[in-house]
Amino acid sequence: MSLVKAKNIWKIYGNDVILENLNFSMNDGEFCALVGPSGCGKTTFLKMLLGIDEPTRGKLLFEGKEYPKEPSDERGIVFQRYSTLSHLNVIDNVIIGLEFEKSKFFGKLFGKEKKEAYEKANEILKAVGLEDSKNKYPHELSGGMKQRLSIAQSLVKKPKLLLLDEPFGALDPGISLDMHELLLEIHSKLNFGVVMVTHDISEAFKLGTRVLVFDKIKTDKDFPNRYGSTIVNDIDASKKKERKNEK
Amino acid sequence: MKRLINQVPTKTTNLFLGLLPFLLIVIVYISASAVRLTENPNDKLLPSIEKCMDSMGKLAFEEDKRTGEYILLNDTIFSLQRLAIGISVSAIFALVIGISIGIIPYMTSTLSPLIWFFSLIPTMAMLPILFIVFGLGEVSKIVLIILGVAPIMTREIYQRVREIPSEQIIKVQTLGANTWQIITRVITPQILPRLIDAIRLTLGTAWIFLISAEAIASTEGLGYRIFLVRRYLAMDVILPYVLWITFLAFLIDFILRQFNKKLFPWFGKE
Repeated sequence: MSLVKAKNIWKIYGNDVILENLNFSMNDGEFCALVGPSGCGKTTFLKMLLGIDEPTRGKLLFEGKEYPKEPSDERGIVFQRYSTLSHLNVIDNVIIGLEFEKSKFFGKLFGKEKKEAYEKANEILKAVGLEDSKNKYPHELSGGMKQRLSIAQSLVKKPKLLLLDEPFGALDPGISLDMHELLLEIHSKLNFGVVMVTHDISEAFKLGTRVLVFDKIKTDKDFPNRYGSTIVNDIDASKKKERKNEK
Repeated sequence: MKRLINQVPTKTTNLFLGLLPFLLIVIVYISASAVRLTENPNDKLLPSIEKCMDSMGKLAFEEDKRTGEYILLNDTIFSLQRLAIGISVSAIFALVIGISIGIIPYMTSTLSPLIWFFSLIPTMAMLPILFIVFGLGEVSKIVLIILGVAPIMTREIYQRVREIPSEQIIKVQTLGANTWQIITRVITPQILPRLIDAIRLTLGTAWIFLISAEAIASTEGLGYRIFLVRRYLAMDVILPYVLWITFLAFLIDFILRQFNKKLFPWFGKE
């Protein structure tokens, strides 16, 4: 059974067609990178996967069932910015996902449970390279560290699908490369699905096991939004990476 | 020669320039007062500084013959009490309602037109109604402050809640938070320092309503006192009282600001 399945999806706002007859299917463990010109509906599609937008027509399924209508902890998200909680330090930012789950009323853990949560968070912080900064507040972190923290926040929930909305778009090139390594390592260890929207095609091929190109098939010069985008190319990028690993 | 906009005074010049206007006012006052007092030693309009200190000293450090109370202390306690109750009730109201209408769409639809309506009513126009409904006692004075301040504060908190990036609210939903947890663990902690700022912002307004209510119907309080002695043209009491009120306002603002700095080190830095 596929993790996400989209059958003939359309997204129409008034007279503007954003997505047109889009078909898509992905399995656990796949890393799908969405590329395409700006305004081509990649982000709209990501929003649907997140659950904050719905297709106008067509069927969208999550694990074979009707797609959830709001965000949930099965699907994590890392935005380009503003994903961390500024009033909590790094480690509290990470355990908050566990606190939400275990303490429905207070949203806060105490005593033994808190200690266990901290232990779990420490492991994850080590994995994303933030163990030395766990008592810092987000405003004391660099852009790359903030993104690491945002990834850590989601990882603690063990999502089935991790969504990345241009996560490294605001970072310096050198920092982006570090983040690529981190993401590849995490993805190879944990077998969850990833959908990433990016502007950077080389990044898409480097990280993705599949690269999906969004674009319009037909265009109308006088009325650019008469036709919507769809997936025009679905490229298997997994073998390339294996070759690289063999080297 | 640098442009005027690029000429920055040094620290000492800065301090001196800041104090200069105050110094000028004091000098002008003292000389004008001296001129008037030589013409008429009983002049009441510009009393000498000694006279002011003397009158204030009596109010501050001598028991009142009739009641046996220290008048300045008594006035201050009553006024600050009214102010504190009015501001606290407003702040709690603003926090609860501001957050609810900021984050729950059904609450926005239901309550935000009402809050907007109340924030537009000229509060002083409500005072007769309050006196009729609540009588001339403490309640109507406190309710006047609340009516004047709570709607502004609520709108302020509402705005601040709306400013929290939607990405953050979506993110915590993907971390499994329910509505209650989002309000208590995500919104409220981030709004608290902004609430303190909203209190600082509305304190000036609250003072206006306090002094007005005390002036019209009261038997003690800082506003009551200055309006009482106005009948005798007692500038030697009014001037120090105004300075005292200003000092209290400054002190409260200072404490709240320090409070924010100490308690919310992350605030204003994100």
